[in-house]
Amino acid sequence: MIDREFIDKCKNIFGHENVLTEKAELIAYSYDATPGIPRETPGVVVFPENTKQIQELIFLARQTKTPIYPRGAGTSLSGGPVPLSKGVVISFQKMNKILEVDPDNLTATVQPGVVVAELNTAVSKFGLLYPPDPGSMATATVGGTVAENAGGLRGLKYGVTKHYIMGMEVVMPTGEVFRFGGKTVKNVTAYDFTHLFVGSEGTLGIVTEIICKLIPAPKYRKAMIAFFDRLEDAGKTVTDIVRNHVIPATLEIMDKVTIQTVENFAKVGLPTDAEALLLIEVDGMGKDSVEWEAEKCVEIIKQNNGKYKIAETDSERDSLWQARRAALPALAQVKPATILEDATVPRTKLVDMLIGVQNIAQKYGLMIGTFGHAGDGNLHPTLLVDPMNSEEMAKVHKAVDEIFETALSLGGTLSGEHGIGVAKLKYLKNEIGRSGIDTMRRIKQALDPDNILNPGKLVPMED
Amino acid sequence: MTVSAKTVFDDLETLKKELIRCMKCGNCMSVCPIYNVEKKESSVARGKIALGEAILSENIKIDDETLVKLIFNCLVCKSCMLACPSGVRFDRIILGLRSAIVKKKGIPFVKKALFGLLRNSELFDKGMKAFAAMQGLFLSAEEEKKRKPRGFLRGISSRFDEKFILPELSRESFRDRSKEKEEVSLPQATALFFTGCSVNYLYPEVGDDLIYVLKENNVTIITPKKQNCCGMPVMVHGDIETAREIAKKNIDIFEKTEAQYIVTVCGSCGSALKHEYPIILENTEYEERAKKWAQKVYDISVFLLKVIKFKEPKGKLNLKVTYHDSCHLKKSMKVFNEPRQLLKMIPGLTLVEMKKPDACCGSGGSYHLTYANTSLKIAKEKAEDIKATQANVVCTGCPACMMEIFESLNRFGGNCHVTHTVSLLAKSYKNERAGNV
Ligand SMILES: Cc1cc2nc3c(=O)[nH]c(=O)nc-3n(C[C@H](O)[C@H](O)[C@H](O)COP(=O)(O)OP(=O)(O)OC[C@H]3O[C@@H](n4cnc5c(N)ncnc54)[C@H](O)[C@@H]3O)c2cc1C
Ligand code: SF4
Ligand code: SF4
Repeated sequence: MIDREFIDKCKNIFGHENVLTEKAELIAYSYDATPGIPRETPGVVVFPENTKQIQELIFLARQTKTPIYPRGAGTSLSGGPVPLSKGVVISFQKMNKILEVDPDNLTATVQPGVVVAELNTAVSKFGLLYPPDPGSMATATVGGTVAENAGGLRGLKYGVTKHYIMGMEVVMPTGEVFRFGGKTVKNVTAYDFTHLFVGSEGTLGIVTEIICKLIPAPKYRKAMIAFFDRLEDAGKTVTDIVRNHVIPATLEIMDKVTIQTVENFAKVGLPTDAEALLLIEVDGMGKDSVEWEAEKCVEIIKQNNGKYKIAETDSERDSLWQARRAALPALAQVKPATILEDATVPRTKLVDMLIGVQNIAQKYGLMIGTFGHAGDGNLHPTLLVDPMNSEEMAKVHKAVDEIFETALSLGGTLSGEHGIGVAKLKYLKNEIGRSGIDTMRRIKQALDPDNILNPGKLVPMED
Repeated sequence: MTVSAKTVFDDLETLKKELIRCMKCGNCMSVCPIYNVEKKESSVARGKIALGEAILSENIKIDDETLVKLIFNCLVCKSCMLACPSGVRFDRIILGLRSAIVKKKGIPFVKKALFGLLRNSELFDKGMKAFAAMQGLFLSAEEEKKRKPRGFLRGISSRFDEKFILPELSRESFRDRSKEKEEVSLPQATALFFTGCSVNYLYPEVGDDLIYVLKENNVTIITPKKQNCCGMPVMVHGDIETAREIAKKNIDIFEKTEAQYIVTVCGSCGSALKHEYPIILENTEYEERAKKWAQKVYDISVFLLKVIKFKEPKGKLNLKVTYHDSCHLKKSMKVFNEPRQLLKMIPGLTLVEMKKPDACCGSGGSYHLTYANTSLKIAKEKAEDIKATQANVVCTGCPACMMEIFESLNRFGGNCHVTHTVSLLAKSYKNERAGNV
């Protein structure tokens, strides 16, 4: 319960200027970027500046059984930071220091509130790169991306957040401060806690410091765009490229609805009769190997009846990327709102998934534009909707159910990168079964016996 | 007043369709100067949109005191609109919300609410009025080079402290001394010079320079003495009715001239005439006329390079110059290439870019008085970025930015001269005439 006393104690811990209590301020913490989920206004928002303050807050919350909701930038697409049962929102926006860049051990140590793009700006001075690059990287925090195990455009070649976390400091829901991992490449001491906490969506502990792995930034890159008259050809191009042992950094797809919408909106010169478009970028340290990979891609595109354009200069590269960057903005213009899904299938099932989504769109008379990370089988079917039209919204919910069903039936997963949160909680059992749910509950109860940390997310505590 | 259909300024319900476009993606956070300093959701467009939604769903009252302060805690710099993937028209939203607050509670209420943020309330009215007529009027006309605010001003805002200075106030306003019409032989065009208040009262030399440059380019200039303030200051305070009246009067004045074009030297004035008038006059008998004039409005840099046949500057200026993008000039009028192009054409001049040339200077009209703490932090970052370039001149396309940068450079140390793009151009032409090429 949050009462005067609780708030006074918060002010003692965090200082007046780091505690928000006015209703108007609190309303601005009732959402994240997820459409169509319930909102709730928190009782108080605090801005920690160090680990000790968080520990003190945990003690206070445990005594009073007050739920705590960690929040990075609030760009989550599954409801993670929404304070469903009021309680305390911890915003990490002021705990945003890059503590160290160690170019010899190839690590960076950061506080959780550091914005991903800013981390990259800092390490680029050493010629290094922190590869996870979610579309939201200009705002999303390292803490939030760790908690969601965020992916990005470079996932195919470079992996996702979990591949770049070497250790952390966590404040446990029981109040202990726990550090694990470190700067060593190898570390098999104890359980692999890094992988337990990455992707835990703020339900198991509060991440207060993160050791990130860096890599040398690739020196050369080559981008191209290819168009296909048949979805099957685009799909085969994707698998053929990988089968030929070329692993592009970026291998993105856009379907016809998306192509037409982008062309309509941005006039970048896309052929509106194409069924699919692939944006491919290869990169590496050697000029020759990058050239070779690019040539190989072109060969495969041609074999699969694709037409292509290859970027010779940086500005040509930018204009190719412009089409991909315009995808979401363009789709967003068509209707008042968009629902962006995240179903993911094995690479070889990409075409089946795309066709499945098109059939669902047709069945319900909805407009769905699909684009996404083809190389990862990670698609973003984007439903264009009018939330004020309740009839349409009823169809939308059914369509979303069927999209998930299709993904699972193709051996895929509910979420490739956006997480479960509240948005996909009801589908969870369909993928991991009874035993999976029970295991999750046991882990949650063992670490957070009072269920105070981000309750109502990721782990269904009741059937 | 004949308002036939409702606009966002007349009926909050119509805001719904603007608010709904926001998908809460948070992209605006990466560019909002206020968010960058305060790190609170309510500082940025997304949070303010959520507040708008809460008002409409009656979750919070529109006269909630904190809410009012939060809604006015915005520079209306439009940075967020440029970063928004969803095309949210945040300018309409924020002005619509402010206008609804003013409609419901009246201007005095708003002043009082903002007042809490200022140190001395009785002086606010006096201050605001004077401010609207440009801060210069606060000062006695004595002649120290650097003007310190007089005693009574000190109480108004924490910004008016012992460090606060203003540029030298001219005794005569620009329009007092300019001619209603400056004719040239064989004119290639006739342009109306919309001076704006800052040039008129505070930087009349920028007006002189504009006249000089246009004459060099064989353009006849009409400067109607009776032209009004552009209306932006009242508009951003939510007083849309007054803004509408001002806009209409200006349009009447434009229509009495034979001007083919309107030229501005102020990002905010240009933005008001080009973008804001058609919006606030929607559904009035002035709508079409506002749209027609809007198409004829050009920032001086675009006018020179894109509209007329431009006479290249030949006079040498051995200067290292850095250029600051005024928010309204870049983000509203989309003018950022042309001023740089002009500067690069001047022989001897080297243009060095600062770290974030389009980061706000912190002025935001009266924002730097009402929200002095945040504004100072924004201003400081700008001053540091300017200093880091080691340029001898910082140049911009907006006199409001000139004033703010002048003040913050003085406050945070830096001996960089502040000027307007058009003034450098005029100087180059003059050097050419003096044989210094
Ligand atoms: C336009 C757009 C594009 C996107 N593109 C991608 C993409 O390409 N790939 C992708 O994977 N995602 C993407 N996302 C989703 C989102 O950006 C990611 O999930 C991101 O990781 C969220 O980071 P955040 O800082 O905003 O965290 P928040 O949304 O604030 O929080 C996310 C979760 O992390 C928890 N959390 C936050 N900080 C901590 C902490 N210090 N300790 C413990 N728990 C914490 C919260 O409780 C919550 O459960 C996109 C979102 C948008 C709006
Ligand atoms: S207009 Fe400027 S100050 Fe206002 S919310 Fe947008 S970016 Fe922030
Ligand atoms: S960028 Fe646009 S859509 Fe995204 S949160 Fe801001 S205003 Fe809303």
